[in-house]
Amino acid sequence: MSTHHVTRSTMLSRFALVTAIALVVLLAAAPAWASTATLRLIGEVMIYLALASLWNLLAGYTGLVSVGQQAYVGFGGYMLFTLAIHAGMHPLAAIPAAGIAAALVSIPVAKLVFRLNGAYFAIGTWVVAEVFRLVFAQMSSLGGGSGSSLPITIMKEMAGSKAMRESLIYWAALMLGVGSVAFVYMLLRSRIGLALTAIRDSETASLSLGIAIPRIKLAVYVCVSAATAMVGSLIFLQKLRIAPDAAFSVNDWTVLVIFMVVIGGIGTIEGPIIGTILFFILREFLADLGSIYLMILGVLAIVIMVISPKGIWGLVSDRLGISLLPVGYRVETREDLR
Amino acid sequence: MGWINIVIQGMLVGGLYALFATGLSLIFGVMRLVNIAHGDLIIGAAYLAYTVIQLTGLHPLASLVVVVPAAAAFGYGLQLGILNRTLDKDILPPLLVTFGLSVIIQNALLEIYSADSRKLNAGSLEIGSFSLVPGIDIGYFPLLTFLSAIAVVWALQVLLFHSPAGRAFRAVSDDPEVSQLMGCDNRRVYAWAMALSMAVVAMAGVFLAVRANFDPFMGPSRLIFGFEAVIIGGLGNLWGTLAGGIILGVAQAVGAQIDPGWQVLAGHLVFLVILAVRPQGLFPRGVT
Amino acid sequence: MSEPLLSVEGLDAFHGDAQALTSLDLTLARGELLALIGANGAGKSTLLKCVAGLVKNRRGAIRFKGEDLLRIPAFEIVAKGIALVPEGRRLFPSLSVEENLLIGGKVGRPGLWTTAAVYELFPVLRDKRHAPSTSLSGGQQQMLAIGRGLMSNPDILLLDELSLGLAPVVIKQIYELLPKVVGNGLSVILVEQDVKRALSVADRFMCMLEGKVSLEGKPDAFTGEQITSAYFGT
Repeated sequence: MSTHHVTRSTMLSRFALVTAIALVVLLAAAPAWASTATLRLIGEVMIYLALASLWNLLAGYTGLVSVGQQAYVGFGGYMLFTLAIHAGMHPLAAIPAAGIAAALVSIPVAKLVFRLNGAYFAIGTWVVAEVFRLVFAQMSSLGGGSGSSLPITIMKEMAGSKAMRESLIYWAALMLGVGSVAFVYMLLRSRIGLALTAIRDSETASLSLGIAIPRIKLAVYVCVSAATAMVGSLIFLQKLRIAPDAAFSVNDWTVLVIFMVVIGGIGTIEGPIIGTILFFILREFLADLGSIYLMILGVLAIVIMVISPKGIWGLVSDRLGISLLPVGYRVETREDLR
Repeated sequence: MGWINIVIQGMLVGGLYALFATGLSLIFGVMRLVNIAHGDLIIGAAYLAYTVIQLTGLHPLASLVVVVPAAAAFGYGLQLGILNRTLDKDILPPLLVTFGLSVIIQNALLEIYSADSRKLNAGSLEIGSFSLVPGIDIGYFPLLTFLSAIAVVWALQVLLFHSPAGRAFRAVSDDPEVSQLMGCDNRRVYAWAMALSMAVVAMAGVFLAVRANFDPFMGPSRLIFGFEAVIIGGLGNLWGTLAGGIILGVAQAVGAQIDPGWQVLAGHLVFLVILAVRPQGLFPRGVT
Repeated sequence: MSEPLLSVEGLDAFHGDAQALTSLDLTLARGELLALIGANGAGKSTLLKCVAGLVKNRRGAIRFKGEDLLRIPAFEIVAKGIALVPEGRRLFPSLSVEENLLIGGKVGRPGLWTTAAVYELFPVLRDKRHAPSTSLSGGQQQMLAIGRGLMSNPDILLLDELSLGLAPVVIKQIYELLPKVVGNGLSVILVEQDVKRALSVADRFMCMLEGKVSLEGKPDAFTGEQITSAYFGT
């Protein structure tokens, strides 16, 4: 006699969760055991992990393929500089404030770009990012085209010692990286996640089921924009310098992120994590090649899109039928011996 | 007279933007593909012309004889070899593949030609002009670019609406399943559409390269200009695309007059305003 | 008996994981009109689409003039002489009436059917030849769809749901013109909801149930009850 039992977790996923928690604890303690260089590297991995998870939520789950997320990275950075320099706000407090500001700005932006369908939406978001760049380049109070620096007095206010500042920025990066993955994971397990899956499978069918698609898409876009801006503000808090071209760089904040997600596996939770780690490993070996390195990434992304659109993680999970961070349900058959 | 001159010069530049846009509009119309690498392909064609001219000493316009067929053949192969495999209901794969292609082209150009900017020299054609009325001088080359854009749109219009090939393009665009029942090999139809698009891309690249300096990273903004012209003009209407290019050119010329930093921004803002008040564009398809 | 024009043997077809046809056999002789009846979802349209090459996920054999069509793409099958008039007409909206006919003749098979011949059969189309196909009424659209199929001068015409969504008077009109279409040795497989009407014009019929043949033969060889029971599987 067997009974069917619907569940989300598997032995493996429970194991993965425990391992992940242990890893986060270990990483949180990194300032105690890691060198400054290692700390910075992990911080950078976390920043890209956040950007990759957020973009994946937008493109892979919500169907909003944006190539203009650099708009919010740069906006977040500029907000932090404005709030810290001109409003005297504590830099760490300016991070969530930048997120809120970006959320407000993203609503009218969404009203505009949502009028474009599919692939045209992508280029529309790019235009918006260009507008942001050109507008900030016109603002002389923020240094115009040449940009501005964060005065050292502000950094001293944040924390007295350099080591403490490094640690604070690192923890913020860790929070944003882990927080973004956790946010996407929780969101997809919620009712909104179910709605998103339904939309992805059939937009028409979901409409007829009464799922408020435009509202859900808007909500996801606003949340992702806010979080992206928070990441952006942290990036430039660490760099201490901001200029329009770096702040709104499509290559640094969108191209690399898209490659990470596509190579790892778009539309999966695990994909961006794998893609980010793989990206940094590849970079260790190939960064000296410069532009050839980017070409290799481009070829890799194309090959993966053509042969396995779900990326490396898609290949692995299809082969093995496993999911480390399951968001769907599975039917388990239990053999009951009576 | 100053402002009239600015508008006229802007219109002439708009012809170039229409050339950027026409290829984009065509392949979107036939296969709903948005080619993110479109701008980089324009710049790639400019570099190809540069090499051809270096090797043969041809005039830039004469180099079109080589560059246009080469680009068309490349487009045909690209579509058959790679892009056809990504065409499905899902928009993500073609978008991301052309995105990857864009990065590859930019960096390949950088490797081959370095980051130095180049320019094609068209000799007397480039500097010559005539006076329309006192205060308004029309350059021969901008005028040639503008007339070429009109000719390209007209030729494509004739091809699409008055030839068996155009019938097949429209049929495949309307219903890619039933078109097969008529004997259309959709994959080849798509490849021909891409070849045509690339032929226009090659022209755009050469005209761009004579008009101004170019470098490996100029592609994305050409894509954006082309895209804005398509949306301003209205999807699926090539004459509308031409009008969109002209409007964009004028907006940029006027913006530049107000403040040099406003040139590109003014074009973007006009695009966003049109998107806000008339998202279907100024001349959408529907009335034929 | 000579080799049939079309023979389908042991055909299985799938929509995703669902099996739509199971080990299906069918033959069609030259000049024959075969009516395919059955409830919704019985697999009639799938069978036509298999023959036309639109269903990729299939196995078995589809032999036409001795050649196996299974590996041949849809766009080549029409050039070999099999035309499908799809369910719901599916005209090309951006093409005019005449352009819809011209693209139907794209494969360039020689024969009786030209635009002039189609206009003679359906004069109303001639009056609207330059109008967009979307401006036609439902019945006119069906006429155009039939004409478009004929333009390739096929040996076999597959008609899917000829009367679906049409007014009774229009259906009657189209069926009255059917003999003019079918003459000249053209073979037809007709999928039709209106069983009575289909059987009245058919040389032979096949009733399908859940992807299999439930009854087959000449219309007058069976009683209405036998056909009904084959239709509903009772």
